[in-house]
Amino acid sequence: MVELFHQLASGLALGGVYAITALALVMIFQATQLVNFAQGEMAMFSTYIAWWLMQNGWDYWQAFGVTVVFSFVGGVVIERVVVRPFAQAPVLASVIVFIGLSFIFNALAGFFFGYSVQSFDTPFDGRPWFGNKFMSAHESGSVVVSLVVLALVFAFFRFTPLGLAMRAAAQNPASARLVGVRVGWMLALGWGLAAAIGAVAGMMAAPIVYLDPNMMGGILLYAFAGAVLGGIDNPWGAVFGGFTVGIAENLLGAYVVGEEVKLSVALIIIIGVLVAKPSGLFGRRIVARV
Amino acid sequence: MAVRLAWGLALAFAISSPFWMSGYHLYQFSQVLIYAIALLGLNLLTGYNGQLSLGHGAFFAIGGYGAAILIVKFGLPFWLAIPIASAVCFVAGFLFGFPALRFGGLYLALATFALAVAAPQLLAFKGIDFLTGGSQGLQVPKPGALLGLPMTTDQSVFWLCLIAAVALFVIAGNLVRGRFGRALVAIRDHPIAAESMGVNAALYKTICFGVSALYAGVAGGLDAVAVGFVSPESFGLALSLAFLVGIVVGGLASIGGVLFGALFIEFVPNYADQLTVYFGENAKALPGAVYGLLMILMMAAAPMGIAGLLRSLARASGLRSQ
Repeated sequence: MVELFHQLASGLALGGVYAITALALVMIFQATQLVNFAQGEMAMFSTYIAWWLMQNGWDYWQAFGVTVVFSFVGGVVIERVVVRPFAQAPVLASVIVFIGLSFIFNALAGFFFGYSVQSFDTPFDGRPWFGNKFMSAHESGSVVVSLVVLALVFAFFRFTPLGLAMRAAAQNPASARLVGVRVGWMLALGWGLAAAIGAVAGMMAAPIVYLDPNMMGGILLYAFAGAVLGGIDNPWGAVFGGFTVGIAENLLGAYVVGEEVKLSVALIIIIGVLVAKPSGLFGRRIVARV
Repeated sequence: MAVRLAWGLALAFAISSPFWMSGYHLYQFSQVLIYAIALLGLNLLTGYNGQLSLGHGAFFAIGGYGAAILIVKFGLPFWLAIPIASAVCFVAGFLFGFPALRFGGLYLALATFALAVAAPQLLAFKGIDFLTGGSQGLQVPKPGALLGLPMTTDQSVFWLCLIAAVALFVIAGNLVRGRFGRALVAIRDHPIAAESMGVNAALYKTICFGVSALYAGVAGGLDAVAVGFVSPESFGLALSLAFLVGIVVGGLASIGGVLFGALFIEFVPNYADQLTVYFGENAKALPGAVYGLLMILMMAAAPMGIAGLLRSLARASGLRSQ
């Protein structure tokens, strides 16, 4: 029984990482109808920045803050420079560009920081919280950080004028432009936010999966599965899907399919959902006029 | 005319090469032919039919493992094992094509991406390791001399790849020029118009997926025989993405272009490896950087790849009238 709660707890911790990565994916999807295949590698690169700062004697939370800001600016620049020129291109071209971006970030990380696996500090070390037996301090901390990120994102979109403008730009670009919203910049801000959220996800994942240039491959796949499960156009669905996939992955890995083939859980979820209910649990059905 | 001449020259080069090339270079060119076959399959699917697959490494793996298992565990000769494994790939691709019908372009990319990432784990799965050798992989005996002619292993592997490649290129060329190919392009460019012209889009798309997987399977089978070894780690996401790079660089929806793509993905990592002298261990990063930059630049400046560039060059110089 203790073992089961253990698995649930670590599923919850990684589920938080999947949930916020899925949220970052959904944010870009809502605005552009595209899935950013480079999301994982961008987050990995951000995590390396934080690692490098800490190697140079920075305090954890300072490095954390600087990395989030750096990632935000990086995301905006990428949208402006790399993604924008392909706004009118077919889906195929955009996906190829995203894959190209992921190659570049993977190579940059390998070139500057090397390919050896690094351990990554966590600010939540020490004893488990509240004397519980199931969850390490980092796992508890990372669940809390995930929830804080979700709350901040929700508050931003719900209660600030800028958040409202971004929602307007995503839902109805033409009308938003007519009332004076600068739609192009809203897209760039969306990329910045997604990159910043991804950086947080990377920094929460790195103490668990360890830091190397390929660390986000599996995480991105689970985040895809979470987003597809919850409905790729629904932020709440993506968050729910992320946590569900985290728990399912851990339980199935421990008790059903075995640790070695855990990634196929994501494959089965993605194909199963797309076959049975392509819009996901909470997504809107897409109806196209012929 | 110019195109025919180029094909003739390429073929002459290929046929002459076993007589003067060293064993290692011959092995590299066998790999180029193998990649070219796989890229051809992916290009039929992605370039001509517009279905994006990020998981063709998995079908390549089915072909490779299928052939290896038939040769090692069932004692079949390679000339029987590779076609059987490729037929299995056709069925696998056809079946995967069914759910794929319901996915829009982006969802298909997600599903095939998942397939590519999960493939190495599935290949190493303990439940089937009596067949696949688990994470150790399988040793495959290399073919001896063909038809009792005096030749080295490298030479017979090369001839094998060349014969398969020529046959598959001719078949693909005919497919693409005929009714089948026009239907594929019509479905890619305007699915609704294609359907209202009487094209059975669902059937064509699944068959296209099957044929594409079959090509990847032949390539995988040849690769198992050429390398003499299959292991789960060699069929990961990197392989699937390298195929995508290959068709983008060579030229989407181009038969000849895949040769450039294949040369590119065979030799760029090779030459980048030699740069470790200047850049240290981390030069491993260079092929990835080149891949990434080229993919973005190609999409921006030459979305039809090298083949497209050559075509417009030929047109400009009047070699080929349009």
